[in-house]
Amino acid sequence: MQPHETIAHAIAAAARKGAPAIVAFLTAGFPRKQDFAAQLAAIGEAADVVEIGVPFSDPMADGMTIQRSSHAALQQGISLQWILDTLSELPTRPSAPLLLMSYLNPLLAYGLDRLPGAAHAAGIAGFIVPDLPFEESDELRTALESEGLALVQMVTPVTPATRLAMLCQSARGFVYAVTMTGTTGKSVAVPDDVLDYMDRVRAISPVPVCAGFGIRSAEQVERMAGHVDGVVVGSALVEVLERGDDPASFLRGLRGG
Amino acid sequence: MSYAIDPGQAKALLEMEQRGSFPDPRGRFGPFGGRYVPETLVPALDRLEDGVRRYLHAPEFQQEFSSELHSWAGRPTPLTHARELSRRWGADVWLKREDLAHTGAHKINNAIGQALLAKRLGAKRIVAETGAGQHGVASAAACARFGMPCVVYMGAVDTERQAPNVGRMKLLGAEVIPVTSGDQTLRAAIDEALRDWVSDPAGTYYLLGSAVGPHPYPYLVRELQSVIGKESRQQIVERAGGLPDVAVACVGGGSNAIGLFHPFINDATVALLGIEAGGRGPGLGDNSATLSFGRPGVLQGCYTMILQDDDGQVQETHSVSAGLDYSGVGPEHALLMATGRVTYLQATDDEALDALAECCRAEGILPAIETAHAFAGARRWARDNPGGRILIGLSGRGDKDMPTLQKTLLRGKL
Repeated sequence: MQPHETIAHAIAAAARKGAPAIVAFLTAGFPRKQDFAAQLAAIGEAADVVEIGVPFSDPMADGMTIQRSSHAALQQGISLQWILDTLSELPTRPSAPLLLMSYLNPLLAYGLDRLPGAAHAAGIAGFIVPDLPFEESDELRTALESEGLALVQMVTPVTPATRLAMLCQSARGFVYAVTMTGTTGKSVAVPDDVLDYMDRVRAISPVPVCAGFGIRSAEQVERMAGHVDGVVVGSALVEVLERGDDPASFLRGLRGG
Repeated sequence: MSYAIDPGQAKALLEMEQRGSFPDPRGRFGPFGGRYVPETLVPALDRLEDGVRRYLHAPEFQQEFSSELHSWAGRPTPLTHARELSRRWGADVWLKREDLAHTGAHKINNAIGQALLAKRLGAKRIVAETGAGQHGVASAAACARFGMPCVVYMGAVDTERQAPNVGRMKLLGAEVIPVTSGDQTLRAAIDEALRDWVSDPAGTYYLLGSAVGPHPYPYLVRELQSVIGKESRQQIVERAGGLPDVAVACVGGGSNAIGLFHPFINDATVALLGIEAGGRGPGLGDNSATLSFGRPGVLQGCYTMILQDDDGQVQETHSVSAGLDYSGVGPEHALLMATGRVTYLQATDDEALDALAECCRAEGILPAIETAHAFAGARRWARDNPGGRILIGLSGRGDKDMPTLQKTLLRGKL
């Protein structure tokens, strides 16, 4: 199985059990650098896919929580290189597929020529790049495909129908369906039109569809069931880690149990 | 994405630039520019691009734009012969007086143009970012003029050092939101304005103040600011009897510079000189001289030169002038540097303040500290090129800088 297929496979396998898969996000090295490996192990047990956030100085798509975690991680010297090194040195990596969430500039600075090989060696199955729209993505997409890595595509409620079809067709791993216009972290109700939008995306996507932005509660996850294959939990989990609470029990709670 | 321009490519890129081939249909100025934004903003930028194509050069739009520039903003702005500076520097110095435009800087040209565009696009509200506060004041004034609600994001560091402008914005009816995240200056204000826009991409118009950001902003702002260079070119030919030997402007994001330079790009005899903020010196974090010390990367929607570390983290900057205090620069300037058409140098904080003091005494004009960087650069150019004819873009007036000047030039003198 290619790395990008492990992502789709893990989400589909979880979704077959009746509840949406959990894609869990953490900012690498937040709140404390030395806890990263333990956090990753705990979250990797409880989630179906893990998204590791590479901190960036200008997280323009993110709300207050991830701005704060990103800033704190940078203060501790977390970099893409550190994350890849740390992952490479882990005695055991989680069985859940790992993704890197990074703004484009840290990837460019690392070098798109050596990124796919280094990411693959560190056990990364794919990337999410929130400031890279499809039209600018050729170079990174081609580079990642050389190692079978996914470039996860985001779609939003304001994406026009023809564009939605094009984006879904190009997606690898899963389609990241943003629940609302706005930045990450604000809790959202799940009105019927959001479910209709998820249904529309799911009807045309060849890969699983995961809803993200503002997912915080078991009620939201339950309401999404049957309309999405998975949910992405970011800011809420980062806040759990910030408080020093147990991430695994929070994630299990989202599944309603 | 790759950035390696050999002399042959530089020549070809310059020819394309001079033929008006940039931005290309993908919003590129050679390798620079493009559109790096969250997916939520793509439809909004498509609508903006469509609006720019439909309205910007339409006679009806241009007529209203010109009429507002003339009867409300006071254009054309004068070209002043700087008699005393000419004598002191051994040169023939001319000043393009954007400080005399309504609200006191060139920013009003862009604000009027984009506010008119926003109305045509059916926007319900305007958001803007501001550094020195001049773009915020211009946006607030234009929104008041055209009856639109206006929200201005401004870094908390800047609300303090440009306090007079915060009051002006509020009087003009804008809501000013201090930004306490990030570096608390212009870059953080742009991030915050983008976050606001991403929350309401259909109803909100983002009135970006410099020739930076995702396509089509660098192009749109250049077109609206080119009035500076067009007027200057005509005025100096009429008054001085010929083109200048050099045109000099300060460069932060680079909107006044691109506005001044662009109409001279095909005039081979006119040297173009951009002056960045050299701050305290060449160290990372001590200046905001992006073109001098930066490397290519993606910041706030475009591929351009950026002050960044080896990990691609954008660095905080320093300049005594809030308006130049920015880690990126417009993509067209990155191209103009790569092709060699424009020379970019720096002036330090001290050189700028010294030039500001000289301009005050010699010409009876208090320029903005941003603008003073151009004077410092021009003075150096005059030293190396005796007798030359110099056109300086006097981009704004310095009244807003009194809090900073009281702590620097006037310290112990009041």
